[in-house]
Amino acid sequence: MIKRSVFSSRTLPYLLILPQILVTLTFFYWPALQGLMQSVMRSNPFGGRNTFIWFDNFIILFTDPLYLKSIMTTFFFSACVAAVSICLGLFIATMANRALKAKAVIRTMLIWPYAVAPAISGILWLFLLHPSYGVVSYAIKHWLGMDWNPLLRGSDALFMVVIASAWKEISYNFVFFVAGMQAIPKSLIEAAAIDGASPFRRFWTITLPLLSPTLFFVTVMNIIYSFFDTFGVIHTMTQGGPGGATNILVYKVYQDGFIGLNLGASSSQSVVLMTLIIVITVLQFKYVEKKVQYTG
Amino acid sequence: MIEKTPILDTLTYIFLIIGILIVGFPIIYALIAATLPIHEVSRVPMPLIPGREFLVNIKAAWINGNLGTNLLNSFIMASGITIGKITVSLLGAFSIVYFDYRFRTVAFVSVFCTLMLPVEVRILPTYQMAANIMGPFQGLWDLLHLNGIVGWIVGHDIDLRLDWSLLDSYTGLIMPLVASATCTFLFRQFFLTVPEELCEAAKMDGASAMTFFRKILLPLSKTNIAALVVIEFVYGWNQYLWPLLITTNPKMMTAVIGLQNLIPAADDLPYWNVALAGALIVMLPPVLVVLFMQRWFVKGLVEPEK
Repeated sequence: MIKRSVFSSRTLPYLLILPQILVTLTFFYWPALQGLMQSVMRSNPFGGRNTFIWFDNFIILFTDPLYLKSIMTTFFFSACVAAVSICLGLFIATMANRALKAKAVIRTMLIWPYAVAPAISGILWLFLLHPSYGVVSYAIKHWLGMDWNPLLRGSDALFMVVIASAWKEISYNFVFFVAGMQAIPKSLIEAAAIDGASPFRRFWTITLPLLSPTLFFVTVMNIIYSFFDTFGVIHTMTQGGPGGATNILVYKVYQDGFIGLNLGASSSQSVVLMTLIIVITVLQFKYVEKKVQYTG
Repeated sequence: MIEKTPILDTLTYIFLIIGILIVGFPIIYALIAATLPIHEVSRVPMPLIPGREFLVNIKAAWINGNLGTNLLNSFIMASGITIGKITVSLLGAFSIVYFDYRFRTVAFVSVFCTLMLPVEVRILPTYQMAANIMGPFQGLWDLLHLNGIVGWIVGHDIDLRLDWSLLDSYTGLIMPLVASATCTFLFRQFFLTVPEELCEAAKMDGASAMTFFRKILLPLSKTNIAALVVIEFVYGWNQYLWPLLITTNPKMMTAVIGLQNLIPAADDLPYWNVALAGALIVMLPPVLVVLFMQRWFVKGLVEPEK
């Protein structure tokens, strides 16, 4: 945790940490405290005193069918995003790991979507999946013969935001999977090959199990991404519509707080989100600790 | 590999090419669309031969999307976040790792609690904070009824308000996003791997703490800093929710937010060519940063997992 040999100074360490503490207090702890307080208060729309109402905001929240629907949408949405981007990322990484030539070019060609903003990914895919101008929607309608209108039908809209969000995340997963695969000892795979295990068998029995820590980490990161960073995708593509079909939790906080101006509801939603992410983080750290014990 | 699998090897490359095409498809398509005039881009399916209107569309996007101002704002915001975060966390990590003082653990724990909580989960209170950064002091002021006291001293009623808004300012765009411990955590991890002997030798030679930091620790951290520059620049450039809330003045709008105005609404003429030209311009800076600094970027992305 600390070096054996340290510098001694009375004021310097405090001065060095001061900016970090100041920024954290002002923009993290104070707002978080405010949020907690507002979540147990009813704000007076005409100014004046707020009333303390215990957990009424939370009770209202969890009995609100719209909020429950938003929870379900969020979980479904992030499961789909994680599944699609992990499967494709893993598949492409496996292929790239097998390739012997042009490795650098391949990596370059696959890495750049990481830098594309979620909102821009939304614009690109909105054009491709637009019911009247999109080429992919044309293919869906004419080749698959399916009706397609993400601007009117909820399930289509959800599918659309999943695609736009997962596309960007493929390259993130790709980078981690390639790094994870390179860390697997070559001798292990060669030994299995000598024993006559086919490439597919080697993938399922060696690569995948040894990749499981990376897989776990990537899953957590994808879930966090799809919970919070996909705001831009939703905002450019559907604005939570049609009929709330793509209204994920983080978008609902924004809508209730900044468009509906319902401070209590928005704050209690923020508290729910904070709790959720703290749970995810604790789980992840627990797992990482275990991994450290296992290897070291 | 040890065996010869010509069929599988060919398949590998075929799948790789398909994968690259799928990943690249939205961009290739957007690039073509950005070269077409409006009557061709709104034809379904759109022709796949590039047209000649690329510069026309770029110009239209530049003017309609107010990209000159917006790109500058995005650049200031992304650089501000990058520089701010890296400076603050280098100093913080140095303090936590190389000094022993009474509140070290408190500082450590309170900073690292913020590790995973993104600004998205606390937008409303952070917004209120930014709307009046003096809010906490105002609260104290009201609590102590200082208005009454001051009024009593001065002799007539006064209403003193502490008000300093960060809305529509670069400070407001940058500072709340600097408040995150990710970089501090990475630098701490790295400093812990720096050999003890370096610090001991420096001390023996009579170097002060800051000399050691400047002459030894900073040069050693160069690759880590480069990696974080890429990651934080991309992060800062791509921010959406926070700039959306905090800027109302068009002069302060960031490029990614401004693109929303270019997307054709249901009743507009479908100027998708212009919208996509704009999207291509706005995504170019972070993509270039990632491509040119690929080596450091991959290192910086993968390292923290370990």
